Amino acid sequence: MKALSQKRRHPLAAIILLAVALVLTGGLYAVASATNQAKADSEQNYTADDIAAGQKLFQSNCATCHGTSGEGTDNGPSLVGVGAAAVDFQVGTGRMPMQMQGTQAQIKPGQFTDDQTKQLSSYVASLGAGPGVPDKESLDTSKGDAANGAKVFLANCAMCHNAAGSGGALTRGKFAPTLMNVSEEHIYEAMETGPQNMPVFNDANITPDEKRDVITYLKAQESNSSPGGLALGSLGPVSEGLFIWTIGLGLVIGFTVWLTSRSA
Amino acid sequence: MSNAVNEYQASTTPGRIANFVDTRVGMSGIVREFGRKIFPDHWTFMFGEVALYSLVILILSGTYLTFFFDPSMTSKVYDGSYVPMKGVEMSAAYASALHISFDIRGGLFMRQVHHWAALLFVVAIAVHMMRVFFTGAFRRPRELNWVVGGMLFVLSMAAGFTGYSLPDDVLSGNGLRIIDGVMKAIPLVGTHLSLFFFGGEFPGHAVIGRLYTLHIMIIPALILLTVAIHLFMVVVHKHTQYPGPGRTEKNVVGFPVGPVYAAKAGGFFFVVFGIIALMAGTVTINAIWNYGPYDPSPVQAGTQPDWYIGWVDGALRLMPGAWPWHWQVQAGGTWVLAVLLPMVPAAILLGLFFTWPWLERWVTKDNREHHILDRPRNAPFRTGAGVAGVTWYSIMMMAASSDLIATHFHVALNDVAYVLRFFFFFGPFIAFEITRRICLSLQRKDRELVLHGIETGRVVQLPHGEFIEVHEPLNEYDRYRLVNFNSPVVSPAQPDKKGKISGGERVRGRLSRLFFEDRVAPVSPEELEAAHKHHELESGSH
Repeated sequence: MKALSQKRRHPLAAIILLAVALVLTGGLYAVASATNQAKADSEQNYTADDIAAGQKLFQSNCATCHGTSGEGTDNGPSLVGVGAAAVDFQVGTGRMPMQMQGTQAQIKPGQFTDDQTKQLSSYVASLGAGPGVPDKESLDTSKGDAANGAKVFLANCAMCHNAAGSGGALTRGKFAPTLMNVSEEHIYEAMETGPQNMPVFNDANITPDEKRDVITYLKAQESNSSPGGLALGSLGPVSEGLFIWTIGLGLVIGFTVWLTSRSA
Repeated sequence: MSNAVNEYQASTTPGRIANFVDTRVGMSGIVREFGRKIFPDHWTFMFGEVALYSLVILILSGTYLTFFFDPSMTSKVYDGSYVPMKGVEMSAAYASALHISFDIRGGLFMRQVHHWAALLFVVAIAVHMMRVFFTGAFRRPRELNWVVGGMLFVLSMAAGFTGYSLPDDVLSGNGLRIIDGVMKAIPLVGTHLSLFFFGGEFPGHAVIGRLYTLHIMIIPALILLTVAIHLFMVVVHKHTQYPGPGRTEKNVVGFPVGPVYAAKAGGFFFVVFGIIALMAGTVTINAIWNYGPYDPSPVQAGTQPDWYIGWVDGALRLMPGAWPWHWQVQAGGTWVLAVLLPMVPAAILLGLFFTWPWLERWVTKDNREHHILDRPRNAPFRTGAGVAGVTWYSIMMMAASSDLIATHFHVALNDVAYVLRFFFFFGPFIAFEITRRICLSLQRKDRELVLHGIETGRVVQLPHGEFIEVHEPLNEYDRYRLVNFNSPVVSPAQPDKKGKISGGERVRGRLSRLFFEDRVAPVSPEELEAAHKHHELESGSH
């Protein structure tokens, strides 16, 4: 120990310390990011044919904005490393190809068949490693826990998507869309890739099991008929206030007019 | 004994029982007095009644809820039948609110009855207030009753807000957090006030129990007391009536309470109950199970107060946060203007609201009793001012739903705020001028009708070839309504006894000009006479 403390003013000490520190942080980061990285898709192995077909589709439909080899242009971001999950979400929900440039890609009827979407995904996945399309196991709501999903959802998602998942406004024309009638796969991929203005919830943040719980909760919300009757869009006090001022007051006025119609 | 001589003897057993009771409580005297009170009949007179019936329903349904609600903030793990909350840690208050909703027979229905009745209660009060204002029913002798009614409006908001806060879900907790923030913004005492109210640092473990005491005891007691005063004054003042033939400042034309109104009012109670029950049975209100237990960290999208608190929330939303300045002043403590300034509109609106009868009396120097109502068009300035107030209130209320306006009309949230800020400042003035112009135009239309009659659309050719359209004169009853109204004129500033015009009087004179300078005078008998002559000549019947 004494020897070590004597050499602490050695000219090389600082360099050695720095090297040790760098190796340690680098190593830790490698371990941490490995757990953060979503598992690449194991079930779905893309064939070379898929990739080739995907490349053709990409050239004719996406390259204008994303560049001929997905490297990105002024009009669209680079797609290297976004992974198959991002493509499956954006193209599968009809958001891509975008109708027009704007604050946010709008949902619309899909332009490609499932096969074409898969081909596009395989091509973009081949550009660089990224999160893959989730496997059946992670989407099986019969294995999820709705109560835990509610907890995770209310703590992480409700601030933008509303407590009942009916969506909400963000700044300057951006918005969080409704989560009702969105497929399990797309919900999972959205959490994994953070499309539009959504943050990425990686596997260290919300584990795959918790993601499945969230999906289970949302699907339970969707299939449970609203216990109290008409849900009025699940928008809370505003739609209730609108209802009482229109339908409620309208009914009352109707009766007051009727009651006083045959007096003096 | 003299008092035994004339005593009435009933011949049947029920009659004897009734007589026994009557001679001891004097019911027949009360019925004789109140049963013969006359009330005029008009649909706009029934909103106070709707509020009263909603209050009765609120008390009934609320009592049911107290049997099962546990106003405690002790933590427990939910184990009821609502699956998505199973095993979640929450306060006993929220757990019992869920228990009422899912495990008590009729509990959810009663909760929804209570909440819908609360919304209807405040709606009815608001509409009733507007009716009273726009018809000038607040004038002497009813100024104090106007103030009492205004207190009821404020109390109803307090009752609503304390009730909204009880379930202890994320929505209600966020509402309390705003109240906490507003309290803390008050200089000097703010922090202490907040610590006092919450029994320590927000949210603490005391506030739900305290709100519960306020919600089920203190505020309802105050409301009932105020309602009693309000109704007592209605009896003392007698009801106002719309102008019409045979209706004067000294009579009330209508039906007696018994039997017609007693039956109608009794039936109307059940109509209101039916409407509320229909809504409660078919439409969800406050789906507390969606929000989850309160936790100070999350705020959910679409977090709004119930509609009647919306205007205060909206004022806060309209206030810029840090533009172009940080909105803080250091003077004997921190003055957080970004929170304090949005409370100013509420103070202005309520201040003007409570003092309006005196303001109008001062400007018009009209100290007479008024039992005949104004038609809103015949008081253009008042109607304009009222609509300006309603507009201001509505802009603030709309601002509370700015996020939903943005998502549902596909516009940017920021743009909604900018537009509403513009209307916050200019909307009342625009609304005032448009309304006043409409009133004056309607008055001119009334003049036209009286002077020239109704255009029948029947075109006749006279013997000498001229075509004329036959105008049919109004009948006397219709004409009476259109010509017989108060039309105050400008009363300029008057010198006092010493011959000096005081500053206050000068202001009054200027206000009087503002109120009544633009005026459409009612048709005078001479004008009517002249118009008739003119028509007779025109139609060539002489």
